[in-house]
Parts: sequence; structure tokens; C-alpha cells
Amino acid sequence: MLRSRGLSEFLFLALLLAALVGLFGLLSDHFWSLGTLQTVTNRIPSLALAALGLTFVLVAGGIDLSVGSVSAVAGAVFGWCVADRGMPVAVAAGAALGAALVCGVINGALVNALRMPSFIVTLGLLEGARGFAYLVTNSQTKYLGERLALLQATPVGGLSVAFLLAVALTATAHFVLTRTVLGRHLVAVGTNEEAARLIGVSPTRVRAVVFGISGLLAGLAGLCHVARLGAADPNAGSGLELSAIAAAVIGGTSLMGGRGSMLATFIGVLIIATLEAGLAHLGVSEPMKRVVTGVVIVGAVAAESIRARIAARRARQGGL
Amino acid sequence: MTASRLQVRGLTKAFGANTVLRGLDLDLAVGEIHALIGGNGAGKSTFSKILAGLLPRDGGEISLDAAGYAPRDRRAAQAAGVVMVLQELSVLPTLNVGENLFLHALPTRGAGIIDRTRLASQARAALDRVGLSGLDPETPAATLGVGHQQLVEIAAGLAQECRVLILDEPTAALTRAEIETLFGLLRSLRARGTSILYISHRLDEISELADRVSVLRDGQLIATLPARETSRDQLITLMAGEAGEKAKATQSAGKIGPVLLQVRDLQAGPAVRGVSLAVHAGEIVGLGGLVGAGRTELLRAIFGVDRATGGEVRFGPGLVPVAPGSPRAALAAGFAFVPEDRKQHGLFSPLSVQWNASCARWPQRRRWLGWLDRVAEAAEAGELLSRLQVRFSNLGQAVAELSGGNQQKVVIGRWLRREIRVWLLDEPTRGVDVSARRAIYALLRERAASGAGVLVASSDYDELAALCDRIVVLSQGRVAGEFTPATLNPAAFLAAAFHGFSGTATSRS
Repeated sequence: MLRSRGLSEFLFLALLLAALVGLFGLLSDHFWSLGTLQTVTNRIPSLALAALGLTFVLVAGGIDLSVGSVSAVAGAVFGWCVADRGMPVAVAAGAALGAALVCGVINGALVNALRMPSFIVTLGLLEGARGFAYLVTNSQTKYLGERLALLQATPVGGLSVAFLLAVALTATAHFVLTRTVLGRHLVAVGTNEEAARLIGVSPTRVRAVVFGISGLLAGLAGLCHVARLGAADPNAGSGLELSAIAAAVIGGTSLMGGRGSMLATFIGVLIIATLEAGLAHLGVSEPMKRVVTGVVIVGAVAAESIRARIAARRARQGGL
Repeated sequence: MTASRLQVRGLTKAFGANTVLRGLDLDLAVGEIHALIGGNGAGKSTFSKILAGLLPRDGGEISLDAAGYAPRDRRAAQAAGVVMVLQELSVLPTLNVGENLFLHALPTRGAGIIDRTRLASQARAALDRVGLSGLDPETPAATLGVGHQQLVEIAAGLAQECRVLILDEPTAALTRAEIETLFGLLRSLRARGTSILYISHRLDEISELADRVSVLRDGQLIATLPARETSRDQLITLMAGEAGEKAKATQSAGKIGPVLLQVRDLQAGPAVRGVSLAVHAGEIVGLGGLVGAGRTELLRAIFGVDRATGGEVRFGPGLVPVAPGSPRAALAAGFAFVPEDRKQHGLFSPLSVQWNASCARWPQRRRWLGWLDRVAEAAEAGELLSRLQVRFSNLGQAVAELSGGNQQKVVIGRWLRREIRVWLLDEPTRGVDVSARRAIYALLRERAASGAGVLVASSDYDELAALCDRIVVLSQGRVAGEFTPATLNPAAFLAAAFHGFSGTATSRS
């Protein structure tokens, strides 16, 4: 599977990203600057973390629509612990991640126990978790100031700790997916659940794990969001799930399961963030930005599927 | 018999290298019920599918009422008046009975709006014809039992005027009362001149219902006989061919060891109704029987893919019970299962040859981390695939691109990477070319010689005869006979296979 994906796909995504950067650089005088780099890298940790978790779920053949709401739960719990209870930041962060993990475990347990499609279960949690975030914060934004400044510090080259964390977790996730037995089991379940069962893989266990991971990473995404805004907003991360799906899909992850790459998802996140920053630089209006983003998402996936078809045809003609 | 309705001369059909029909002849008269019987692979289903326009023929002539008959598809066959009621149910559960009956031609008021009144009256007439006058056409199909769904299916077949009606095992899911209804219907159709081709394993039904019976073997007509005057034993002898024709002994010369797998009174759903058998170390045991005898279901229950509803599976030499309903427990006990449907249940089709060969056990560098050793993975997969002589271009090639035989070698061979004590294989050589077939036999013999136990389900009599040390025959979910190569002969084998299908009224739920 890894060999047949090959480098050409990453190359394709990298070229797309480079083309966007180049294009915006030519169209706008100030796009190529350290400031832009900082803006982009600052904005993406939340999206990147949520998209990584979602990619795990997608590869195993499910979907997690609740990542945005779960990130809000983490932020809300953190805000409540710090602002209302006066807990130390580390304890509050632990509680926030714990709450997010619980959300993921609930998703996994419901999908497994009731044999319900994950689309529906996580759609339920998309609403339910959002409601919980409002309840926890009493529907108010809690201003926390510099409590999570650590994540926003820029130790190297203007890159924030949150961004570096996202990069490190991307690398870890990539390792897990491509170099561990767990990764193989995710691919097996996502590709052919019955065949996976017959070689001794437990689809139930695999689902419990991926939804747990997805919840935890969504929680971390929520903390990054709190760090960036200096506030816990119960409305945070709404629509995050759709951006995360877009990033994964641009990266070539299949919504049917069995196929996906963490590195490609990360490049997908970079493409979305670059597009957003670039269009903002050009002073494009908000409605127009959304139209362009939509076109790029569909266009990228279409171009990739055409590329894959051509590559497959070439392999058939030349290979055998 | 009166005039001829359908004349088949020299019909041939092959699927690749596998020739199914070898010059079949058959005559069907106007207004007769004509039964068609034969063992597995005799060509009954292929023949009826050609008649119904579901398969093209390779050669031969068919004439229908003295005119040439060569339907392009099912629709053309129906237009010519040849209707087949398919074995698998195609009733749509979300629609009601009437909609199901006339889905191909719903009466409308124009602009695509369904004329419900006309639909209901048409449906009622069609239901009357199959003796289901009590059934409201507005009933949702999902609420019907399997038997009634089957009758609705037949009613749908009869909703159109038909000259030839083909039924393939129509009573498999019916209760005695429903069977009576169906037989009454078939007799009244016969009286109106419809010719009925009736395929069944149930020899008792045939003598009760049919006028004539044709016996097929190896894609040829063996005999057409008056159904009532022909005994069950005569039919079985005809289906089997010359007894003892192919008795040979190429069995493993190895020693038979202690019991490795013991199955006691195992039950699973309606298909497996209390099976007991044992497989010893060094032994290849064959599982024979007609299609639908419960072989697949038995293997799945032993491996825990489906949960057994009664009985137990033990793993020797200590005869330790194996937890039911868990393939993981079965694997831990040293069982491996090779499923019948390679594409659906065996292969990870889009993934690479290497992936598919390695997935039974991944080579690891750090066990606690599950860190794969990718160098060893490639090396071990390459070594395994060359040992099995699998033809592939590179390890990254998608396994879907391999031939059926090579795919099967991968699905079986992946288990060589584990210590497997009991091999459970379901139709391991289906859709596999001759050389791969030989390789698979050699592999299984070699495994048995090294002390494993092997249980092989097969529909192929010759395969069972050539491969196995012992053959257990299932019929209607029960053990109906057991043979050694010395006692095996086709007639006795078929008699056992048909055994459970007698006494129709009692053996059915």
C-alpha cells in the first residue's frame, strides 16, 4: 500500500502548496514575509491536531464529526477549572484532555455497542458536546489572559510551541500509521472488516482506539485554540470538523476507509491555511473567500484522482 | 406427453478453463412439470441461467415452440415467455407487496404518478393466482416471512404471461403448508399448458410433483425418466455415474496422531443442527454435501466467525474448550480459517501483495510498541511468496491484480507465518487453475504430514476423493455419512448427501 501510494502523491501535494505560495507571492507585495509565516503557523495547530485524529478514524473506516465540539468541551473545561475553580494550569489541562478523551470513548463505545454508523453517533455528539461546552461555561467566554502563553512562545524562527507540537504529533501519528502493528490493524479494518476479523484483528478494539485518539487530539486542539485567543469560548471550533475533513480529503484520505496518510493530511492543512492567509492578503471578501476555498477543495481532490488514474494506467501498461 | 415446448440440442458453456455444459440435450413438453436433478457442478444452475437470459451460451441450439430462442438478457427471455424465479430473494423490503409485484411496470396516471387503485387490483389478481388471496397488496414486504416472500417472488414471475417457468430450489425456505400452496399452483399452471422446469435436491418432492425427471452429470443429460416410476436409488445411481469409477488412494501415508479438533453437537442458526466430528493430527478430513448442506456455516461456527448456538468446540491434545464466537480465541488455539469467498472475506484487495502475505503475523522490532520491522517484512513476504510460487511483478503490486490461483495461494499461505495446528478451509480451490490447485493440495498434504489437522469443505467430489483421508458428508446441517477412501464411491456419497432431504414434512422448521 505504501509503495503504491508512492512519492508522486506527496510530490503532487507539495507542488500544489508551492503553487499557492508562489501565486499569492506574485499577486500580493507583502505575502512572502516572516509575518505571514507566523500568521499561518499560528493558526494551524488546532486544525492540524483535529485533522490528525480524524484521519485515524477515516483510515479505520469511520468518521468523527464531533471534533469541533469536543475541542470546545476541552476549552470550556479548562476555562472553568482555571477561572471558576482557580486550579493550577497543569491540572486544568489534564482535566480538559480527560473530558475530551471521555467524549472520544463515548463515540467509540456507542458505535461498537449499538452497531450504529459513526456518522450518526458523532453527529449526536457534535450537538451534545457543544451543548455541554455551553453548560460548563454558562454560555460565557472566560478570559484567561496569559495562562497558556507557553503554547504561544516562539522558541525557534518565529514558530510557536503549539505549531512545533503539531509537527511532532504529525510525525508520531505518521509513525504509528505506517510503522506499527496498530497502524496495520487500522488499515485492515478500514479496508475489509470481515477479512480483518478472520486474521484475528478486533474491529471493536480498533474503533475504540481511534475514537479515543480522535477525542484526545480534539481536546489538544481546543487547548491550542484557548492559548491563541487567551480565552475559553464555548463557541470555539465550530465548523472545525468540516475543515478537518477537507484537509484529510485534500491529502488523499479515502472517506471509504483503508487509505490515508498523516503527512498528506498535514500538507492538506497547510494548503487550507495558506489559502486563507493568501486570500486575506489580497483583501478578498469573506463570501468570496469561501467560494474560492470550496473550489480549491474539490479541485484538489479531482486533480489527485485524475493523477492517480493516469498513474494506474501507466503502471498497467509498463509494469506487466 | 403432447407437443414439444422447448428443445435444447448440444448446449455448451465454459467459464475460462472450466467446462460446465458439454453438449446438453433436453426436451420440455407443453404442460409438464419437468424436474432437473444432479450433484454439485452437474450444470443445473448454469443451464437454467442460460434459458432465463442471465448467461450467454457458448454453443448449441435452443428452440422455443419451434422457433429459434436466444435471449440477450433476462428481459428478452421474459418477453419470449421464459421466466425464472431466482434462488436468492429479490423482494425489496421497503416497498409493499403490490409495488414489488409490478415494479417493472407500475401502472401510472401519467406524469409518473402511480395509480394505486389499479396497482392494488392487478396485485390482488396476481396474488389470487398463487393462492395468496388473503394477503393485502399494501402489506410492507419487510413484514413477510421468508416463505411468503418466496411466494410473492413466484407471483411476480407469473404476473407476466409465461410459457416456461423455471424454479430453482423453490421450497428451501417454505413450510409444509406453503409447499402445498405452491404445488397446487404449479399443478394448475400445468393444466393451463405452462411448462415448468423444476430444479430440486428433494427427491421425494420430485416423485410427488413432477411428470418427468432429467438427470444431469458433468454438463450432460444422462437420462430422462417418468418421475413416478423411477426410484430414489435409481436416480442416485444415475447422478453418481458408474460406481467405483474413480477409487484411487493417493492419501498421505503419514501417521495419524491424537485428536486436535473435536466438535460436539455443534449448532449454529438453522444451517448447522448438531454436528459432531473430530480431526486428528496428520489427517485431512473432507467435508462434503450438497450446496446448502451447512458446510460453510459449520466451518464459520468452529472458527467463531458466527456464534454457535449450542454444542462445543475443543482443541486437543488436552481437549481444551475454545471460547465460542471469537476468531481471536480460535486463532490463539492454533486454528486458521480460509473462507469460501476470497474477495469478500479473505483479501484486502486494494492493498499490496506484501501486505496480504504478511497480515497473519507482522514482523516486529519492539513488541511492546508494535514497531514493525519493515526490512524483515519485505524479506519474509518475498521468501513466502517465492516458496508458494506466486506469480507477481513486485511486492507493492495490488493483490487484486493477481490471478485467482495466486490470490488463493496468498490467502492460504499467509498462515504459514504462524504455528497453525488446525486448518479450516472452505472451497480452497474454487476458481483456481490446475497448477495452483496442485500446489494447494501439496501444501495441505505437507501441513498434515508435519502434524497439523486439516478440515476441507468442498463441493467437488473428485477433490474430496483425491485429497482426504476421511470424508464426512453433511446433509441438512447434520452428519449423514462418513467414508474412508476405501469405502467411498459416488453412489454412496450422493445417497448420504441427499439423505437429509427426505421426509420433507418432518425435517423442516
